[in-house]
Amino acid sequence: MGKPKIALYWCSSCGGCEESVVDLAEDILTVVEAVEIVFWPVAMDFKYEDIAAIPDGGIVASLINGAIRMEEQARIAKLLRQKSKYVIAHGSCAHLGGVVGLANFYKKNAVLDRAYKEVPTIHNAQGILPKEKTDDSGREIELSAFHDTVKALDQVIDVDYYIPGCPPPPNLIKNAIMSLLEGRLPPKGTVLAETKALCHTCPRRESKPDKIMIREFKRVWETEWDPSRCFLDQGIICLGPVTRGGCGERCIQANMPCKGCFGALESVIDQGAKSASFLASIINAEDPEEISQIAASIPDPAGLFYRFSLPSSILKGKIDKEAK
Amino acid sequence: METFEPKIVGFLCNWCSYEGADSAGKAQKACPANLRVVRVMCSGRIDPQFVIQTFMEGADGVLILGCHPGDCHYKEGNYNALKRYTVLKNMLKGFGIEEGRLRLDWVSATEADKFVQVVSDMVEHVKQLGPFNHHNH
Repeated sequence: MGKPKIALYWCSSCGGCEESVVDLAEDILTVVEAVEIVFWPVAMDFKYEDIAAIPDGGIVASLINGAIRMEEQARIAKLLRQKSKYVIAHGSCAHLGGVVGLANFYKKNAVLDRAYKEVPTIHNAQGILPKEKTDDSGREIELSAFHDTVKALDQVIDVDYYIPGCPPPPNLIKNAIMSLLEGRLPPKGTVLAETKALCHTCPRRESKPDKIMIREFKRVWETEWDPSRCFLDQGIICLGPVTRGGCGERCIQANMPCKGCFGALESVIDQGAKSASFLASIINAEDPEEISQIAASIPDPAGLFYRFSLPSSILKGKIDKEAK
Repeated sequence: METFEPKIVGFLCNWCSYEGADSAGKAQKACPANLRVVRVMCSGRIDPQFVIQTFMEGADGVLILGCHPGDCHYKEGNYNALKRYTVLKNMLKGFGIEEGRLRLDWVSATEADKFVQVVSDMVEHVKQLGPFNHHNH
Protein backbone atom coordinates (compact mmCIF):
# COMPACT_ATOMS: atom_id res chain seq x y z
CA MET A 1 0.00 0.00 0.00
CA GLY A 2 0.92 3.60 -0.19
CA LYS A 3 2.09 3.48 -3.78
CA PRO A 4 -0.04 5.52 -6.20
CA LYS A 5 -2.51 3.33 -8.07
CA ILE A 6 -2.56 3.14 -11.86
CA ALA A 7 -5.10 1.40 -14.10
CA LEU A 8 -4.71 0.43 -17.74
CA TYR A 9 -7.66 -0.52 -19.91
CA TRP A 10 -8.31 -1.28 -23.57
CA CYS A 11 -11.42 -0.62 -25.59
CA SER A 12 -11.75 -0.89 -29.39
CA SER A 13 -8.10 -1.19 -30.26
CA CYS A 14 -5.66 -3.51 -31.96
CA GLY A 15 -3.47 -4.17 -28.93
CA GLY A 16 -0.67 -1.98 -30.23
CA CYS A 17 -1.10 0.47 -27.36
CA GLU A 18 -0.68 -2.36 -24.86
CA GLU A 19 2.45 -3.28 -26.74
CA SER A 20 3.66 0.30 -26.38
CA VAL A 21 3.54 -0.14 -22.59
CA VAL A 22 5.54 -3.34 -22.85
CA ASP A 23 7.95 -1.47 -25.15
CA LEU A 24 8.98 0.61 -22.16
CA ALA A 25 11.41 -2.32 -21.77
CA GLU A 26 13.67 -1.78 -18.71
CA ASP A 27 11.91 1.51 -18.03
CA ILE A 28 8.82 -0.45 -17.08
CA LEU A 29 10.69 -1.38 -13.90
CA THR A 30 10.99 2.30 -12.99
CA VAL A 31 7.26 2.69 -13.54
CA VAL A 32 6.33 -0.47 -11.67
CA GLU A 33 8.59 0.56 -8.81
CA ALA A 34 6.79 3.85 -8.51
CA VAL A 35 3.20 2.66 -8.86
CA GLU A 36 0.81 -0.12 -8.05
CA ILE A 37 -1.04 -1.42 -11.09
CA VAL A 38 -4.57 -2.17 -9.93
CA PHE A 39 -6.11 -3.08 -13.27
CA TRP A 40 -4.63 -4.21 -16.59
CA PRO A 41 -6.86 -6.80 -18.25
CA VAL A 42 -4.45 -7.63 -21.05
CA ALA A 43 -1.62 -8.58 -18.71
CA MET A 44 -2.97 -9.36 -15.27
CA ASP A 45 -6.02 -10.94 -13.72
CA PHE A 46 -8.34 -8.43 -12.08
CA LYS A 47 -12.11 -8.28 -11.94
CA TYR A 48 -14.36 -5.32 -12.56
CA GLU A 49 -15.60 -5.72 -8.97
CA ASP A 50 -12.07 -4.96 -7.76
CA ILE A 51 -12.27 -1.57 -9.44
CA ALA A 52 -15.78 -0.92 -8.16
CA ALA A 53 -14.49 -1.55 -4.62
CA ILE A 54 -11.86 1.20 -4.85
CA PRO A 55 -13.08 4.50 -3.38
CA ASP A 56 -13.84 7.31 -5.86
CA GLY A 57 -10.65 9.10 -6.85
CA GLY A 58 -8.60 6.27 -5.35
CA ILE A 59 -6.72 5.65 -8.59
CA VAL A 60 -4.20 8.34 -9.52
CA ALA A 61 -4.41 7.76 -13.24
CA SER A 62 -6.16 5.51 -15.72
CA LEU A 63 -4.59 5.06 -19.12
CA ILE A 64 -7.38 4.06 -21.49
CA ASN A 65 -6.60 3.04 -25.04
CA GLY A 66 -8.95 2.23 -27.90
CA ALA A 67 -12.11 3.90 -29.14
CA ILE A 68 -15.57 3.25 -27.69
CA ARG A 69 -17.82 0.98 -29.71
CA MET A 70 -19.25 -1.47 -27.18
CA GLU A 71 -21.45 -0.81 -24.18
CA GLU A 72 -19.01 -2.66 -21.93
CA GLN A 73 -16.21 -0.30 -22.96
CA ALA A 74 -18.37 2.73 -22.19
CA ARG A 75 -19.37 1.27 -18.84
CA ILE A 76 -15.81 0.52 -17.71
CA ALA A 77 -14.55 3.86 -19.02
CA LYS A 78 -17.19 5.60 -16.89
CA LEU A 79 -16.28 3.46 -13.89
CA LEU A 80 -12.59 4.28 -14.28
CA ARG A 81 -13.45 7.96 -14.65
CA GLN A 82 -15.28 7.85 -11.34
CA LYS A 83 -12.41 6.08 -9.60
CA SER A 84 -9.54 8.08 -11.10
CA LYS A 85 -8.08 11.48 -10.41
CA TYR A 86 -6.77 11.66 -13.96
CA VAL A 87 -7.85 9.89 -17.11
CA ILE A 88 -5.39 9.75 -19.96
CA ALA A 89 -6.52 8.89 -23.47
CA HIS A 90 -3.74 6.60 -24.61
CA GLY A 91 -3.11 6.35 -28.36
CA SER A 92 -4.86 7.56 -31.51
CA CYS A 93 -8.09 5.58 -31.05
CA ALA A 94 -8.82 6.96 -27.58
CA HIS A 95 -7.52 10.39 -28.58
CA LEU A 96 -9.26 10.87 -31.94
CA GLY A 97 -11.22 7.73 -32.77
CA GLY A 98 -8.34 6.11 -34.62
CA VAL A 99 -8.23 3.60 -37.42
CA VAL A 100 -11.17 1.68 -35.94
CA GLY A 101 -13.12 4.93 -36.26
CA LEU A 102 -13.09 4.52 -40.05
CA ALA A 103 -16.02 2.17 -39.41
CA ASN A 104 -18.11 5.35 -39.17
CA PHE A 105 -18.02 5.45 -42.97
CA TYR A 106 -20.42 2.49 -42.78
CA LYS A 107 -23.66 1.82 -41.02
CA LYS A 108 -23.69 -0.53 -38.07
CA ASN A 109 -25.54 -3.25 -39.98
CA ALA A 110 -23.11 -3.09 -42.87
CA VAL A 111 -20.22 -3.57 -40.44
CA LEU A 112 -21.84 -6.63 -38.86
CA ASP A 113 -22.84 -8.12 -42.22
CA ARG A 114 -19.34 -7.67 -43.55
CA ALA A 115 -17.67 -9.21 -40.51
CA TYR A 116 -20.06 -12.12 -39.98
CA LYS A 117 -21.47 -12.91 -43.41
CA GLU A 118 -19.51 -11.51 -46.33
CA VAL A 119 -15.79 -11.90 -45.71
CA PRO A 120 -14.39 -14.81 -47.72
CA THR A 121 -12.91 -16.46 -44.66
CA ILE A 122 -16.24 -16.84 -42.90
CA HIS A 123 -18.73 -19.66 -43.27
CA ASN A 124 -22.04 -18.66 -41.76
CA ALA A 125 -24.75 -20.49 -43.72
CA GLN A 126 -27.49 -19.55 -41.28
CA GLY A 127 -26.46 -15.90 -41.35
CA ILE A 128 -26.21 -15.66 -37.58
CA LEU A 129 -25.26 -12.27 -36.20
CA PRO A 130 -24.21 -11.55 -32.62
CA LYS A 131 -27.16 -10.55 -30.48
CA GLU A 132 -27.29 -8.87 -27.11
CA LYS A 133 -29.36 -11.70 -25.66
CA THR A 134 -29.41 -15.32 -26.77
CA ASP A 135 -31.23 -18.28 -25.40
CA ASP A 136 -28.87 -21.22 -25.06
CA SER A 137 -30.96 -24.26 -24.06
CA GLY A 138 -32.97 -22.34 -21.53
CA ARG A 139 -30.05 -20.26 -20.30
CA GLU A 140 -29.88 -16.61 -21.27
CA ILE A 141 -26.48 -15.46 -22.46
CA GLU A 142 -25.67 -11.76 -22.74
CA LEU A 143 -23.27 -9.95 -25.00
CA SER A 144 -22.30 -6.31 -24.71
CA ALA A 145 -24.29 -4.02 -27.02
CA PHE A 146 -22.62 -2.84 -30.23
CA HIS A 147 -23.13 0.93 -30.53
CA ASP A 148 -24.27 2.62 -33.75
CA THR A 149 -20.98 4.48 -34.12
CA VAL A 150 -17.39 4.58 -32.91
CA LYS A 151 -16.53 7.38 -30.49
CA ALA A 152 -13.29 8.86 -29.21
CA LEU A 153 -12.85 8.56 -25.43
CA ASP A 154 -13.65 12.21 -24.69
CA GLN A 155 -16.98 11.83 -26.47
CA VAL A 156 -17.95 9.40 -23.70
CA ILE A 157 -16.13 10.58 -20.57
CA ASP A 158 -14.17 13.60 -19.42
CA VAL A 159 -10.48 13.21 -20.35
CA ASP A 160 -7.61 15.05 -18.66
CA TYR A 161 -4.67 14.36 -20.96
CA TYR A 162 -3.92 12.76 -24.29
CA ILE A 163 -0.96 10.64 -25.35
CA PRO A 164 -1.12 10.59 -29.15
CA GLY A 165 0.21 8.01 -31.57
CA CYS A 166 -0.57 4.76 -33.26
CA PRO A 167 0.88 3.44 -31.05
CA PRO A 168 2.41 6.11 -28.81
CA PRO A 169 6.19 5.98 -28.46
CA PRO A 170 7.19 4.52 -25.06
CA ASN A 171 9.08 7.64 -23.99
CA LEU A 172 5.87 9.70 -24.16
CA ILE A 173 4.11 7.17 -21.93
CA LYS A 174 6.93 7.16 -19.43
CA ASN A 175 7.10 10.96 -19.39
CA ALA A 176 3.35 11.19 -18.93
CA ILE A 177 3.29 8.80 -15.98
CA MET A 178 6.34 10.32 -14.34
CA SER A 179 5.07 13.89 -14.68
CA LEU A 180 1.77 12.82 -13.10
CA LEU A 181 3.57 11.18 -10.20
CA GLU A 182 5.87 14.13 -9.71
CA GLY A 183 3.00 16.60 -9.91
CA ARG A 184 4.40 18.41 -12.97
CA LEU A 185 0.99 18.85 -14.52
CA PRO A 186 0.32 20.73 -17.73
CA PRO A 187 -3.11 22.39 -18.20
CA LYS A 188 -6.02 19.99 -18.50
CA GLY A 189 -6.68 18.84 -22.05
CA THR A 190 -3.02 18.98 -23.09
CA VAL A 191 -1.82 16.59 -25.74
CA LEU A 192 1.42 15.30 -24.26
CA ALA A 193 3.66 15.71 -27.31
CA GLU A 194 5.17 18.50 -29.40
CA THR A 195 3.16 21.53 -30.43
CA LYS A 196 5.02 21.97 -33.71
CA ALA A 197 4.49 20.01 -36.90
CA LEU A 198 6.48 16.88 -37.64
CA CYS A 199 8.43 18.66 -40.41
CA HIS A 200 10.25 20.74 -37.79
CA THR A 201 12.08 17.69 -36.50
CA CYS A 202 12.05 15.58 -39.66
CA PRO A 203 15.49 14.18 -40.50
CA ARG A 204 14.76 15.03 -44.15
CA ARG A 205 13.79 18.64 -43.52
CA GLU A 206 16.90 20.04 -45.22
CA SER A 207 15.68 18.60 -48.51
CA LYS A 208 12.18 20.08 -48.19
CA PRO A 209 11.89 22.85 -50.77
CA ASP A 210 10.50 26.26 -49.75
CA LYS A 211 7.62 25.78 -52.11
CA ILE A 212 6.46 22.25 -52.83
CA MET A 213 4.67 21.87 -56.17
CA ILE A 214 3.25 18.55 -57.28
CA ARG A 215 2.10 17.37 -60.70
CA GLU A 216 1.11 13.89 -59.64
CA PHE A 217 0.55 12.26 -56.26
CA LYS A 218 2.19 8.85 -56.07
CA ARG A 219 1.61 5.96 -53.74
CA VAL A 220 4.69 4.40 -52.23
CA TRP A 221 4.47 1.26 -54.31
CA GLU A 222 4.21 3.21 -57.54
CA THR A 223 7.64 4.68 -57.39
CA GLU A 224 11.19 4.21 -56.24
CA TRP A 225 12.13 7.02 -53.96
CA ASP A 226 15.25 8.57 -52.59
CA PRO A 227 15.39 7.68 -48.89
CA SER A 228 17.20 10.89 -48.04
CA ARG A 229 14.86 13.34 -49.75
CA CYS A 230 11.59 14.92 -48.55
CA PHE A 231 8.69 12.64 -49.50
CA LEU A 232 6.51 15.49 -50.72
CA ASP A 233 9.25 16.74 -53.00
CA GLN A 234 9.07 13.31 -54.64
CA GLY A 235 5.29 13.42 -55.05
CA ILE A 236 4.59 11.00 -52.22
CA ILE A 237 1.82 12.08 -49.87
CA CYS A 238 3.26 12.82 -46.44
CA LEU A 239 1.08 14.49 -43.83
CA GLY A 240 4.07 15.78 -41.84
CA PRO A 241 3.32 19.48 -42.43
CA VAL A 242 -0.14 19.21 -40.82
CA THR A 243 0.61 16.59 -38.15
CA ARG A 244 1.74 17.15 -34.57
CA GLY A 245 5.34 16.17 -33.96
CA GLY A 246 6.88 14.31 -31.05
CA CYS A 247 6.64 10.80 -32.46
CA GLY A 248 10.38 10.40 -32.88
CA GLU A 249 9.86 10.33 -36.67
CA ARG A 250 9.55 6.56 -36.55
CA CYS A 251 7.86 6.21 -39.93
CA ILE A 252 10.31 8.55 -41.64
CA GLN A 253 13.23 6.61 -40.11
CA ALA A 254 11.68 3.46 -41.58
CA ASN A 255 11.46 5.21 -44.96
CA MET A 256 7.68 5.65 -44.88
CA PRO A 257 5.78 8.94 -45.10
CA CYS A 258 3.73 10.37 -42.20
CA LYS A 259 0.11 9.22 -42.08
CA GLY A 260 -1.00 11.62 -39.36
CA CYS A 261 -1.42 9.43 -36.26
CA PHE A 262 -0.43 12.22 -33.84
CA GLY A 263 -3.43 14.24 -34.96
CA ALA A 264 -3.72 17.82 -36.08
CA LEU A 265 -1.88 20.86 -34.79
CA GLU A 266 -3.27 22.87 -31.88
CA SER A 267 -5.20 25.46 -33.92
CA VAL A 268 -6.89 22.93 -36.19
CA ILE A 269 -10.39 21.60 -35.52
CA ASP A 270 -10.63 19.09 -38.33
CA GLN A 271 -7.53 17.15 -39.28
CA GLY A 272 -9.00 15.80 -42.51
CA ALA A 273 -10.16 19.15 -43.82
CA LYS A 274 -6.76 20.63 -43.03
CA SER A 275 -4.99 17.79 -44.81
CA ALA A 276 -7.21 18.35 -47.83
CA SER A 277 -6.43 22.05 -47.74
CA PHE A 278 -2.69 21.50 -47.52
CA LEU A 279 -2.46 18.87 -50.26
CA ALA A 280 -4.66 20.96 -52.55
CA SER A 281 -2.42 23.97 -52.10
CA ILE A 282 0.65 22.15 -53.44
CA ILE A 283 -1.02 21.10 -56.69
CA ASN A 284 1.02 22.62 -59.48
CA ALA A 285 -1.60 23.64 -62.03
CA GLU A 286 -4.03 26.45 -62.83
CA ASP A 287 -6.22 24.83 -65.46
CA PRO A 288 -9.40 23.29 -63.92
CA GLU A 289 -9.01 20.08 -65.95
CA GLU A 290 -5.40 19.63 -64.90
CA ILE A 291 -6.24 20.37 -61.27
CA SER A 292 -8.98 17.73 -61.37
CA GLN A 293 -6.58 15.23 -62.87
CA ILE A 294 -3.90 15.81 -60.24
CA ALA A 295 -6.49 15.82 -57.44
CA ALA A 296 -7.80 12.48 -58.71
CA SER A 297 -4.38 10.95 -58.06
CA ILE A 298 -5.00 11.33 -54.31
CA PRO A 299 -6.25 7.85 -53.40
CA ASP A 300 -9.40 7.58 -51.22
CA PRO A 301 -9.22 11.18 -49.96
CA ALA A 302 -11.79 10.79 -47.17
CA GLY A 303 -10.11 7.67 -45.80
CA LEU A 304 -6.64 9.10 -46.19
CA PHE A 305 -7.32 12.46 -44.52
CA TYR A 306 -9.39 10.99 -41.67
CA ARG A 307 -7.40 7.79 -41.17
CA PHE A 308 -7.01 8.51 -37.44
CA SER A 309 -9.64 11.10 -36.65
CA LEU A 310 -13.02 10.38 -38.24
CA PRO A 311 -15.13 10.05 -35.04
CA SER A 312 -13.74 13.30 -33.61
CA SER A 313 -14.01 15.23 -36.90
CA ILE A 314 -16.71 17.78 -37.65
CA LEU A 315 -18.72 15.40 -39.85
CA LYS A 316 -18.02 12.37 -37.61
CA GLY A 317 -18.77 9.87 -40.35
CA LYS A 318 -20.92 9.14 -43.37
CA ILE A 319 -23.86 11.48 -43.65
CA ASP A 320 -27.06 9.62 -43.00
CA LYS A 321 -29.50 10.61 -45.75
CA GLU A 322 -32.58 9.78 -43.73
CA ALA A 323 -33.42 12.56 -41.31
CA LYS A 324 -33.66 11.44 -37.73
CA MET B 1 -46.70 19.57 -48.25
CA GLU B 2 -44.69 22.71 -47.70
CA THR B 3 -42.14 23.42 -50.39
CA PHE B 4 -38.61 23.02 -49.14
CA GLU B 5 -36.67 26.28 -49.13
CA PRO B 6 -32.98 25.42 -48.83
CA LYS B 7 -30.56 27.52 -46.84
CA ILE B 8 -27.53 28.33 -48.97
CA VAL B 9 -24.50 29.98 -47.42
CA GLY B 10 -22.40 31.95 -49.88
CA PHE B 11 -18.78 32.91 -49.27
CA LEU B 12 -18.22 35.88 -51.58
CA CYS B 13 -14.92 37.54 -52.19
CA ASN B 14 -14.71 41.21 -51.32
CA TRP B 15 -13.29 42.44 -54.62
CA CYS B 16 -15.39 40.81 -57.34
CA SER B 17 -18.27 38.61 -56.25
CA TYR B 18 -19.54 40.68 -53.34
CA GLU B 19 -19.51 43.65 -55.67
CA GLY B 20 -21.32 41.50 -58.23
CA ALA B 21 -24.02 40.74 -55.69
CA ASP B 22 -24.21 44.45 -54.90
CA SER B 23 -24.63 45.26 -58.58
CA ALA B 24 -27.51 42.82 -58.75
CA GLY B 25 -29.07 44.52 -55.75
CA LYS B 26 -28.58 48.03 -57.09
CA ALA B 27 -30.14 46.99 -60.38
CA GLN B 28 -33.06 45.54 -58.40
CA LYS B 29 -32.73 42.15 -60.03
CA ALA B 30 -34.94 39.43 -58.60
CA CYS B 31 -32.84 36.84 -56.79
CA PRO B 32 -33.93 33.93 -54.58
CA ALA B 33 -33.82 34.83 -50.90
CA ASN B 34 -32.20 31.51 -49.96
CA LEU B 35 -28.66 32.84 -50.00
CA ARG B 36 -26.97 34.02 -46.79
CA VAL B 37 -23.81 35.87 -47.68
CA VAL B 38 -20.52 35.86 -45.80
CA ARG B 39 -18.05 38.36 -47.18
CA VAL B 40 -14.45 37.19 -47.19
CA MET B 41 -11.43 39.08 -48.45
CA CYS B 42 -10.57 36.38 -50.97
CA SER B 43 -12.02 33.05 -52.09
CA GLY B 44 -8.56 31.66 -51.31
CA ARG B 45 -9.36 32.24 -47.64
CA ILE B 46 -12.02 29.53 -47.64
CA ASP B 47 -10.64 26.76 -45.49
CA PRO B 48 -12.37 23.41 -46.12
CA GLN B 49 -13.12 23.46 -42.37
CA PHE B 50 -15.42 26.46 -42.96
CA VAL B 51 -17.39 24.56 -45.58
CA ILE B 52 -17.83 21.46 -43.43
CA GLN B 53 -18.73 23.50 -40.36
CA THR B 54 -21.28 25.44 -42.42
CA PHE B 55 -23.00 22.21 -43.42
CA MET B 56 -23.06 21.02 -39.84
CA GLU B 57 -24.54 24.32 -38.65
CA GLY B 58 -27.54 23.76 -40.87
CA ALA B 59 -26.73 24.85 -44.43
CA ASP B 60 -28.19 22.76 -47.24
CA GLY B 61 -25.67 24.09 -49.71
CA VAL B 62 -22.47 26.11 -49.78
CA LEU B 63 -21.58 28.47 -52.61
CA ILE B 64 -18.10 29.92 -53.04
CA LEU B 65 -17.77 32.84 -55.42
CA GLY B 66 -14.52 34.48 -56.44
CA CYS B 67 -12.92 36.60 -59.13
CA HIS B 68 -12.43 35.10 -62.58
CA PRO B 69 -9.11 33.29 -63.07
CA GLY B 70 -6.44 35.87 -63.75
CA ASP B 71 -8.45 38.63 -62.03
CA CYS B 72 -7.72 37.85 -58.37
CA HIS B 73 -6.91 40.93 -56.32
CA TYR B 74 -4.18 38.85 -54.68
CA LYS B 75 -3.07 37.27 -57.98
CA GLU B 76 -3.54 33.60 -57.11
CA GLY B 77 -6.10 33.34 -54.30
CA ASN B 78 -8.84 32.10 -56.61
CA TYR B 79 -6.55 29.38 -58.00
CA ASN B 80 -6.02 28.21 -54.44
CA ALA B 81 -9.78 28.26 -53.95
CA LEU B 82 -10.23 26.11 -57.06
CA LYS B 83 -7.61 23.58 -55.91
CA ARG B 84 -9.09 23.31 -52.41
CA TYR B 85 -12.60 23.05 -53.79
CA THR B 86 -11.57 20.25 -56.17
CA VAL B 87 -9.89 18.17 -53.45
CA LEU B 88 -12.66 18.92 -50.94
CA LYS B 89 -15.34 17.82 -53.40
CA ASN B 90 -13.54 14.50 -53.91
CA MET B 91 -13.31 14.10 -50.16
CA LEU B 92 -16.97 14.92 -49.50
CA LYS B 93 -18.00 12.16 -51.91
CA GLY B 94 -16.56 9.73 -49.38
CA PHE B 95 -18.99 11.13 -46.81
CA GLY B 96 -21.96 10.66 -49.10
CA ILE B 97 -22.46 14.40 -49.59
CA GLU B 98 -23.97 15.08 -53.01
CA GLU B 99 -21.82 17.06 -55.42
CA GLY B 100 -24.40 19.78 -56.03
CA ARG B 101 -24.37 20.92 -52.42
CA LEU B 102 -21.02 22.59 -52.89
CA ARG B 103 -20.36 24.89 -55.80
CA LEU B 104 -17.58 27.21 -56.84
CA ASP B 105 -18.05 29.83 -59.52
CA TRP B 106 -16.58 33.09 -60.72
CA VAL B 107 -18.58 36.31 -60.62
CA SER B 108 -17.02 39.67 -61.42
CA ALA B 109 -18.13 43.04 -60.03
CA THR B 110 -20.18 43.79 -63.14
CA GLU B 111 -21.81 40.38 -63.60
CA ALA B 112 -25.11 41.04 -61.86
CA ASP B 113 -26.97 38.70 -64.21
CA LYS B 114 -24.48 35.89 -63.75
CA PHE B 115 -24.74 36.27 -59.98
CA VAL B 116 -28.53 35.90 -60.13
CA GLN B 117 -28.24 32.95 -62.49
CA VAL B 118 -25.65 31.07 -60.38
CA VAL B 119 -27.68 31.57 -57.20
CA SER B 120 -30.94 30.55 -58.88
CA ASP B 121 -29.34 27.43 -60.39
CA MET B 122 -27.88 26.42 -57.06
CA VAL B 123 -31.16 26.96 -55.18
CA GLU B 124 -33.04 24.92 -57.77
CA HIS B 125 -30.48 22.12 -57.62
CA VAL B 126 -30.40 21.93 -53.82
CA LYS B 127 -34.22 22.02 -53.72
CA GLN B 128 -34.16 18.80 -55.69
CA LEU B 129 -31.55 17.25 -53.40
CA GLY B 130 -33.64 18.03 -50.34
CA PRO B 131 -32.50 19.08 -46.88
CA PHE B 132 -29.00 18.24 -45.67
CA ASN B 133 -29.21 16.00 -42.66
CA HIS B 134 -26.71 17.57 -40.31
CA HIS B 135 -27.83 15.63 -37.26
CA ASN B 136 -25.02 13.17 -37.74
CA HIS B 137 -24.66 10.72 -34.88
